[in-house]
Amino acid sequence: MNFNTGSRMKKILTLFVLMVAVTGVKAQETGSVLIQNATVITITGEDLENTDVLIRDGKITEIGQNLSAPRRVTKVDATGKFVMPGIIDAHSHLNTVSTNESRNPVTAEVTMEESVNPNSVSIYRAIAGGVTSIHLMHGSANVIGGQNETLKLRYGANVDGMRFEGAPRTIKFALGENPTRVHGQGNGVQPRTRMGVEQVIRGHFDAALNYKRNREEYLAAKAKWDSDKKGTPPVPVAQNLRFDVLNDIIEGNVWVHCHSYRADEILMLMRVFNDYGIKNYTFQHANEAFKVAPELAKNGARTSVFSDWWAYKFEVYYSTAYNASILNANGVVNSINSDDSELIRHLNHEAAKTVRYGNTSVHDALKMITINPAIQIGVDDRVGSIEVGKDGDVVIWSGHPLSIYSKVEQTYIDGKKYFDLSEDPADMRISIDPNDDFESAANFEVYHSGRQNDACLEGAFILNTETIQQ
Amino acid sequence: MKNIFKLILTGLLLAGVNTAQAQITEKPGFGKFAITGATVHTVTNGTLENAIVLIDGEKISYVGDNAKITNEYTKIDASGKHVYPGFMDSKTYLGLVEINAVAVTVDNRELGQYNPNILAFTAFNPHSAAIPVNRLGGVTHVLSSPTGGVISGQAAIMDLWGYSPDSMAVDATAGMILGWPRYGRRGSFDQRPDQKIEEEYAKLISDIDLFLDKARFYDKMMTEFEKNSKGKQHPDKDIKMEAMRELVNGKTPLIVEVTRSQDILKAIDWAKEPKNSKLNIVFSGATEGWRVAKEIAEAGIPCLVPALYLPTRQYDHIHRPYENAAKLHEAGVKVAMMTGETENVRNLPFHAGYAAAYGLGTEEALKAVTINPAEIFGIDDVLGSVEAGKQANLFISDGDPFEPLSQIEHVFIKGYKIPMTSRHAQLYEEFLDRDAVEN
Repeated sequence: MNFNTGSRMKKILTLFVLMVAVTGVKAQETGSVLIQNATVITITGEDLENTDVLIRDGKITEIGQNLSAPRRVTKVDATGKFVMPGIIDAHSHLNTVSTNESRNPVTAEVTMEESVNPNSVSIYRAIAGGVTSIHLMHGSANVIGGQNETLKLRYGANVDGMRFEGAPRTIKFALGENPTRVHGQGNGVQPRTRMGVEQVIRGHFDAALNYKRNREEYLAAKAKWDSDKKGTPPVPVAQNLRFDVLNDIIEGNVWVHCHSYRADEILMLMRVFNDYGIKNYTFQHANEAFKVAPELAKNGARTSVFSDWWAYKFEVYYSTAYNASILNANGVVNSINSDDSELIRHLNHEAAKTVRYGNTSVHDALKMITINPAIQIGVDDRVGSIEVGKDGDVVIWSGHPLSIYSKVEQTYIDGKKYFDLSEDPADMRISIDPNDDFESAANFEVYHSGRQNDACLEGAFILNTETIQQ
Repeated sequence: MKNIFKLILTGLLLAGVNTAQAQITEKPGFGKFAITGATVHTVTNGTLENAIVLIDGEKISYVGDNAKITNEYTKIDASGKHVYPGFMDSKTYLGLVEINAVAVTVDNRELGQYNPNILAFTAFNPHSAAIPVNRLGGVTHVLSSPTGGVISGQAAIMDLWGYSPDSMAVDATAGMILGWPRYGRRGSFDQRPDQKIEEEYAKLISDIDLFLDKARFYDKMMTEFEKNSKGKQHPDKDIKMEAMRELVNGKTPLIVEVTRSQDILKAIDWAKEPKNSKLNIVFSGATEGWRVAKEIAEAGIPCLVPALYLPTRQYDHIHRPYENAAKLHEAGVKVAMMTGETENVRNLPFHAGYAAAYGLGTEEALKAVTINPAEIFGIDDVLGSVEAGKQANLFISDGDPFEPLSQIEHVFIKGYKIPMTSRHAQLYEEFLDRDAVEN
């Protein structure tokens, strides 16, 4: 090819290449579909009987009765079936490559951004349970852990194609037993106690603010010196990625999702955050949040909890399956999460338990796996309800989603179908790792269910340096 | 002055009453109860509409539609409600483990490889906070089991009401737990040559055989001595061998923990050996049972299975765990549901619900949590259905108990009408509308 065709041609070519590059990064595979005659659970509004939902090029464009399908748009008859927004899991480690960078109590600079395995078959298993978005979290080994990544479960896409574009940045914090075990008990460094946890946070926030002031003063002085070259150059203040992220938290650009269990440590973090003016945060697990529900509501703090897991460790022994219902009744925006690749397959049923335990309304129970987690990870303008203008992330259920007999029939993300019960093959692996499969076939040993260990501590090596445990 | 005193006293008393209400003070009911107007799911004799169930003391005394209810009976109007037999979770650690992460509260794993004399019954804590929490979900009795090693010890079937293991035990020696050795390579890291793998596996199996051979010999020796001790030297008592006697003569079931299909096949071959013909074998776990359902059915071995677990292999269809019970049942295997849980055996109905939804059907799934486990463990004369003469383990619900949206309204265990409260419910009462002392 001859590139010497004059500067004008060059410009056009460059522009073309640039356009391809830009759209190539941005464009997701979207689809169009007309789902007809379903009971539509909109979440943010009333349930609509005998209603159609039209999704065009990835967005919900129309909701109504007797809609006509535009040309080349597939029609799906959903008579007698239920259509609900895709489930959102605000706490997942579903397809991490690694989960914990556990060698320091504060690791704000690390991120799950590049720790995503887009080929994990567990993604497909989650889609088959009606889940369309997850909050892929760093583990809970550290007081201030790494940054999380919000994903849409576009199984088959690469890592970049799976990111929830435009989702706010979030970070994991952790209080209580996990950081005190990993660092205090395991590595002999603070924090060993809940007292230490608070000071690790305050100490690092203060250090970050000091750094910011010094760094800005230095940069200003340097700019001045660079222009007038008068006197001695200023002493450099090196850039510090960890402190940069901490300042982003204080300035509200990174939202905190804090692993926590006990009521007192939840109060502690709210005091600290009030002192630093931090808002928009969610307590994760928060088994004892119900004990401080009025304080949570007053501070606008949110919670994301298990439906019924308790007693697997000491700090959840005095907790209750009625947690979600109490929080909801007290006006706290609460979600039900899985934190588990098995539980994520039936989050609908986990949400249903909030009705059994504490008489949460069916409508509120459904909010806890759709719009509420969407609010908590800052994507409620895009997903979490069926409304015109929102993303075409919807699920067709064979019956009411809170019935144990109901099955997910189809799952759509951006209007594209990712799961169909009627044409569901057995082997849905994308990448086949002989070692991995050998392990899963050969090494599956004793069945256990429920929360045996802390999934959040995966990869955190706990060395017991204490000879006597009290 | 006197009046003021009285007032203060009354106030104090009232305060005292209020405090007391936050504690577990409610007593269970016991005596004569008449449940009327309910749809009774007897399990063994069909479903009766608008029926009457009478409870006298520990037992069900009448099930039908034509009984005279005298004034001595406490009446429970259950019109529009449903009566079900109490559910049994066929494998749990309830009562043996309080908090899994706190080692000193974990009593389900003894040291040593062969512990037939170890009894779950002994360490079963009747006051575990998890017992009330779980029985409110309609699970009225569980198999509580030791684990670990080769022969882990003996599991017990326990009622979830009572103040002592003695009063709660339906069967204190319900089954011997055998952790079936794993055949083959343990993973890609396992670099042992094939021959070594075979040899080591053969050794593990021959150790089990040897232990059982010893037990059979011991049982024979003791039986002969007990029959006629004249002129014979008194044989030494061996505590482990003594515990094996009921197993080798087939009275105590051998609960074989086995999950992978290749191990299930090995265990079947072993069970088929003539010398093992007397053993009463039950498989527990059997998460890959569906792969070899025909073989299990031919061997006539019942299975205790969960439903809510992940596909065991990456390439397996997503619904295999949910379908496992149905596929075993279709092949002719007797199936009972288990959770394998400790603090959340209340999820047993949901395991059964998934099995029901994925091929087993509601009626069969109901059997899998009631009469099937009772038959497998030989307690079907006492439990497993709503029948006159059986122990009164039953509950009243406002709908299908497999549905999480249904509420369990009353639970009876051994005739006791259980207070519908637990730590979880009490925390709800206390904190739903907490007196808001500002933070």
